[in-house]
Amino acid sequence: MSAKIKHFPGEEIETKDFREGKVLFESFHPKAKYAWSAGIAISRFLEELKNGRIIAATCSKCKRIMVPPRIYCEKCFKPTDGWTYVKDTGVINTFSVSFIAADASRLKEPIVVAIINLDGASEGMGIVHRIGEYGDWREIKIGMRVKAVWKPPEERTGAITDIKYFKPIKE
Amino acid sequence: MSEVAIVGVGCTGLRPITPELSYKELMYEAAVKAYEDAGGINPREDVDVFVTCAEDYLEGFSIFDEFVPDQLGAALRPLFTVSGDGMLGLAQAYMLIKTGHFYTAVVEAHSKASDILTYMDIVQFGLDPIFNRPPGGHPYYIAGLEMNRYLHDTCTTEEQCAQVVVKNKKNAILNPYAAYGAEVTLEQVMHSERLFYPLKKLEISTPADGCIVMVLASEKVAEKLTNKPVWVKGIGWCTETPSLETRDWTRAVYTRIAAEMAYKEAKITSPWREIDFAEIHDMFAYKELQHMEALRLCDYGEAGKLTEEGLTTLNGEFPVNPSGGLLGMGYGLEASGLQKVLEVVLQLRGEAGSRQIEDAEVGLAHTWRGIPTATGAVAILSNVK
Amino acid sequence: MFGKKRVAIVGAGVTLFRRNLKETGKELAYHAAKIALEQAGMELRDIQSVVMGTAPDAFDGVHMKGEYLADGAGAYHKPYTRVFVGGGTGVFAPLAGWWHVASGQFDTCLVVCEEKMSSCYPHPQYAFTTIFDPILERPIGMNLIWIFALEMNRYMHKHNIKKEDIALVSVKNKRNALDNPMAQLAANITVEDVLNSEIMAWPVQRLDVSPTSDGAAAAVLVSEDVAKEVTDNPVWIDGVGWCIDSTHWTDRDLYYPDYVEYAARMAYKMAGIKNPPKEIDVAEPYDPFDYKELHHMEGLLLCKKGEAPKLTREGVTQRDGDLPTCPSGGLLGCGNPIAAAGMMKVCEIFWQLRGEAGKRQVPGDLRTGVAQAWGDLMQYGSVIVLRR
Repeated sequence: MSAKIKHFPGEEIETKDFREGKVLFESFHPKAKYAWSAGIAISRFLEELKNGRIIAATCSKCKRIMVPPRIYCEKCFKPTDGWTYVKDTGVINTFSVSFIAADASRLKEPIVVAIINLDGASEGMGIVHRIGEYGDWREIKIGMRVKAVWKPPEERTGAITDIKYFKPIKE
Repeated sequence: MSEVAIVGVGCTGLRPITPELSYKELMYEAAVKAYEDAGGINPREDVDVFVTCAEDYLEGFSIFDEFVPDQLGAALRPLFTVSGDGMLGLAQAYMLIKTGHFYTAVVEAHSKASDILTYMDIVQFGLDPIFNRPPGGHPYYIAGLEMNRYLHDTCTTEEQCAQVVVKNKKNAILNPYAAYGAEVTLEQVMHSERLFYPLKKLEISTPADGCIVMVLASEKVAEKLTNKPVWVKGIGWCTETPSLETRDWTRAVYTRIAAEMAYKEAKITSPWREIDFAEIHDMFAYKELQHMEALRLCDYGEAGKLTEEGLTTLNGEFPVNPSGGLLGMGYGLEASGLQKVLEVVLQLRGEAGSRQIEDAEVGLAHTWRGIPTATGAVAILSNVK
Repeated sequence: MFGKKRVAIVGAGVTLFRRNLKETGKELAYHAAKIALEQAGMELRDIQSVVMGTAPDAFDGVHMKGEYLADGAGAYHKPYTRVFVGGGTGVFAPLAGWWHVASGQFDTCLVVCEEKMSSCYPHPQYAFTTIFDPILERPIGMNLIWIFALEMNRYMHKHNIKKEDIALVSVKNKRNALDNPMAQLAANITVEDVLNSEIMAWPVQRLDVSPTSDGAAAAVLVSEDVAKEVTDNPVWIDGVGWCIDSTHWTDRDLYYPDYVEYAARMAYKMAGIKNPPKEIDVAEPYDPFDYKELHHMEGLLLCKKGEAPKLTREGVTQRDGDLPTCPSGGLLGCGNPIAAAGMMKVCEIFWQLRGEAGKRQVPGDLRTGVAQAWGDLMQYGSVIVLRR
């Protein structure tokens, strides 16, 4: 890139060169499995999800109601003081309509993902989740009100997917 | 005159499993303890830089740096992650303060080994993908073959290596932070299964969970925060080579070079005489001996004899691993370097309880990054400015 | 002013950036480091310490890949540290190099950034799923593009920005890259091309995004005394800044990168910059997506919040404008081998200030330049201010 450098190293190849045997390679699939302890705050959050409720943590100093909950307030750097339920309704803070899946393959039906600011939590507090039952994706707007659609109680396992998605509601 | 001191430490203790806490909560606990210990500093205002030490594949996330700020009080503050051992993080904090632009720094490292279900596969994933992984095998064979060469070149005996286990596990009984303290006999160690000939099962330290946070400060700030500052007199670190095929198997060259850097800065010419005790990386028992020699505490081939003769026990002339080492405390993955520094700090402050070494003034902390690396660091600490 | 030592960059080098390079990660690091040393007129034995910047191990497919790359980076028997702050690594690594020398601990430091994303099979995209929280986010099926799309949508909504204006950045940078011999995606495209390109995750379309790449970049940092010996034209690192925001990205309003502002303020304070738009002659903000250049320009205090699209429309950020931005072609034009991309920006500012940028040279007497990178979960800002 400097005018003084005359040659930039790098031999370009194409993906098909591997298939055609022009470039030799080693492949390896790592066995990387983990079981993360959810810890105090998220364990409670997941248990409450199983019960069809969303719980937040409160800090007496900055007065924030925080979701996802945590045992320490990162703003004040002190332990959070209590728990409180927030509603399973909220407002779309931002959203995206994706035509690609996690592995970069194309989707026929788009997935709509959004950050939802939950009612009852402090301003700006949100969780990320999918939007479903939206009709035409071009109708989705920032500021739309949405409500959680839960799995039936017997299917819930204490996971974020106990909520299937949030759907737009008219209020 | 030193310019940088360790002014606060916090440790959750090493434990085999910690199912009730997430790694974030473990970090929060250690951080709170460290800030309290550092004169009650408020990380939101009083800390200039934060350094965390982590490797993605030990945590199970890509870009582990994302997940660390909140629990350390570093949200919207200058923080970064070093992909390395806690002592490499300590070196960064040390340099940052020495630039004169930063006065207080925090260093963190932890292990949540119990969250890793396939630990050995992860270690194997660290081997060279073209040359070393395809043959397969449990990666600790690398330690086995190094031990074999080391014993061969230095005429150290297997009994001398086993004696390290006896000593360290016994020391660990006195350490409330240790996970695996125990009374084991030489026979038990010698008869434990030869998993990677000649390396035996009881000679391999077991992973444990835990988090250690330390607070460093420049001279002026240090003297305001604590009346027991522990000065960093010298620090060195070195990577020999990632290549298994070309490295030196006997002499732990990475330790030798790191030690020379640290000794030069600390103006130490006769380590055995000028240093009072040392915390040396002992992930495998023979490593304690190999590292002692690389640290120039004694000549090649002598470490085994000194251990056999009891000179490195708690009451000996030069205690090595009074904490119980990794064999006794547990192997805290990237936190193991800070396990070493922690013990040196506690000893120099007179806070080592029943492990206390009398009149300790200068201590050495040493770390190695484990299989398959040839990377290590050395720090010389003192309670005398 | 105890201990405050000046640090200069005296040589830099990059490899080609391509989707798929034959070289291994070690070889890429070696090539970049070798060029940097040659340009500096120095040898490996003059180097006392090495800093490596490289992003997720999952791409190269080696755990502790810093160790694996050490010999390629020249760290044989040397003090070697790898720093890793996600996408911010490319600009952060030279910051780490800065304190190696500014502390007085070393007189010289070689900073190398490498990325070999093509090793990740079938596509590096998939490795990005592991950057998300495993309990709260991965089960939703989070994809990296989504998080940018969420941010882009919020930014557009907040300031009522049209995609046409954002697309101008992609057009500008890909065109700038035509003058960059190492660039991957240099092209002459139009705003229509961008708006007609495949929708990936609305509002992100294919031509809004930079690609995954292989590549490496490196620079030699030295103390003032050494700089005097090796060059007449040192470029000083006058300001360093970095900042990380809370992990809880869903609790933040993504329309503005506070963390970039905090990092910029830290760097500007050290460099004595009080009026960034006037005092900075050339800028290389991180542009993995076109809207990001705008987002970061505002975070770097180069203009008011929401004003960046207007400046782009008016041509202010062209090479012959008042605030040339991404004259290199940026990531959109050159490619995005994460850490190497950020480092490439630092190298570009270095060459621009010295007048060595060839066809990309911004005209005029350039004195001060800034490079910035972003990283983690919309969290990290690293900023460097270079001066001649």
